[in-house]
Amino acid sequence: MTEATKAAAEQSAPAAGAPAAAAPRDRAQPAAGRGAALRVEGAGISFGGFQAVRGIDLDIPAGEFLCLLGPSGCGKSTLLSAMAGFVQVSKGSLTADGATVSGPGPGIGMVFQNSEVLFDWMTVHQNVTFGPRMRGLGRAEQNRVADEFLGLVGLRHCADRYPGQLSGGMRQRVQIARVLANEPSVVLMDEPFGALDAQTRQVLQQETDRIWRASGCTVVFVTHDIDEAILLADRVAVMTAGPAASIKSLYTVELPRPRDASDPAALRLRDKLRQDIAEEVRKAMQDQGLDQDTEAAAGTTAGQDAVRLDQEARSA
Amino acid sequence: MTITTTKAPDRTRTLPRRTGKAAGQRLRTLGLYVLAILVGLGAWQLVAMEYGPSLVASPRETLSAAGELAADGTLGNSIVASSRRILIGWGLGVLVGAPVGLLIGQIRIVRQLLEPYTEFFRFIPPVAFVTLAVVWLGIGETSKVVLIFYTAVFIVTLNTSAGVMAVNESKVRAAASLGASRSQILRRVVLPATVPYIFTGARLAMGNCFLTIVSAEIVAAQVGLGSLIWTSRNYGRIDWVFVGIITLGVLGLVYDRVLRLIASRVLYKYGVKA
Repeated sequence: MTEATKAAAEQSAPAAGAPAAAAPRDRAQPAAGRGAALRVEGAGISFGGFQAVRGIDLDIPAGEFLCLLGPSGCGKSTLLSAMAGFVQVSKGSLTADGATVSGPGPGIGMVFQNSEVLFDWMTVHQNVTFGPRMRGLGRAEQNRVADEFLGLVGLRHCADRYPGQLSGGMRQRVQIARVLANEPSVVLMDEPFGALDAQTRQVLQQETDRIWRASGCTVVFVTHDIDEAILLADRVAVMTAGPAASIKSLYTVELPRPRDASDPAALRLRDKLRQDIAEEVRKAMQDQGLDQDTEAAAGTTAGQDAVRLDQEARSA
Repeated sequence: MTITTTKAPDRTRTLPRRTGKAAGQRLRTLGLYVLAILVGLGAWQLVAMEYGPSLVASPRETLSAAGELAADGTLGNSIVASSRRILIGWGLGVLVGAPVGLLIGQIRIVRQLLEPYTEFFRFIPPVAFVTLAVVWLGIGETSKVVLIFYTAVFIVTLNTSAGVMAVNESKVRAAASLGASRSQILRRVVLPATVPYIFTGARLAMGNCFLTIVSAEIVAAQVGLGSLIWTSRNYGRIDWVFVGIITLGVLGLVYDRVLRLIASRVLYKYGVKA
């Protein structure tokens, strides 16, 4: 697996990296000491007899923004759950700054896809100060934290409202503020904008980029949206189709920030990622014996793109 | 930012219209209630005319009997005595049932230890224990309060533990990853998220306590609504029986309404809709 990953990373360098290589990386260095390095070595996760992921190797340096991309049901979220400490790896190891992740805690925050994880009986202010309150911080300190992080996500005026009174996009921002209020060194995000409309999603993607640069934490962001990954990530890890999913390829996104989706290098990377995912989707369909009926269904989106790319490659 | 500006005016615009509509709806509901009650009273009157006062007391006879019983204090004393037993037994049932249900739902070993008992006793109606209660605890207040407590505690416990099991697992995970300890999660997340279930359990329990109070008081009590119904039968006073039955119904309705009113004020933010 490691060889394949390295090969893919090298392969990708000329594709996306070359034009951008000369451009300086247009981002502030992470705030000093905030991020933690995550290291996943030979990790496998099983539930009973079912192996969700296996042989995962990922070395995520402090302050990096890594996107996990893959077909649905491939185990992206399972891997993220392990990073959060919700489930234990059954094989291999998973460490944050050298310490084994053995359970959930405030150092590693999690932003869930579903904003039902907000506490409906608490105001936005109480939700955001939940972590500090559990640690026994005083009232004044709580107010400072709420003020800072609600300000960061632009929701200071909603402090006294309840989550049920907010829109989906605002609820996700409360979730982000609540996680950041713990000043975690790692933030895990599980398709946080998957349930939002396109406009809101775009706004929140830009905000995520800005907030991440301001906070300097390490981010692992799960998505199935290729454009989202290209917009946000330092590196993109593509996962194979599950069960027993692993990392298929790893791309470094050497594009200047803020990013432009119409950049030719971005488009090339996009096609490459689509091709990778289409391959996995096809493989999954074949495994399920669905390749005949679903050829058309899969082909309309990712498959066709891959075919087009093949033709382009031949004519080139 | 854009979301807030588009959302805010929308809300204020629709609010007055909605409340106006709601007021009309309430008036309509009230009118239908009154209509239904009048039709019921009419039917009762017809039945009473058909069978005569020795079988069915008419609304008028029932009302004058109620006046009679209220005048000599019997009705008031009965209401107070029954209410006292119900409120004490039910209150204790909720106070014990809610925490026990929380622990059963949250801690597996507690569940495994107590489940055989909760699963066994919930099939034994309180009425089955009336004789034993009197033999063991005497004919005083204790036996009745214990029976009411027994009625309430299982319903509240089972509802609460069901509520704990229904708590969104992601909420608990979120709390843990925000740094909450196990006991903090139980108090700050699981308990508040379970409040609607506890409330439903308490309401159901209140209803069942009214069933139990009659059987408890029929066997051994000098005063109370159940005892009023039973003694009236012995005197052949059908009209008094009617007074007892209707008072029970009205009392239950009032208690349920008060409970819901308090809950909707106090527990609104926990998602209790009454």
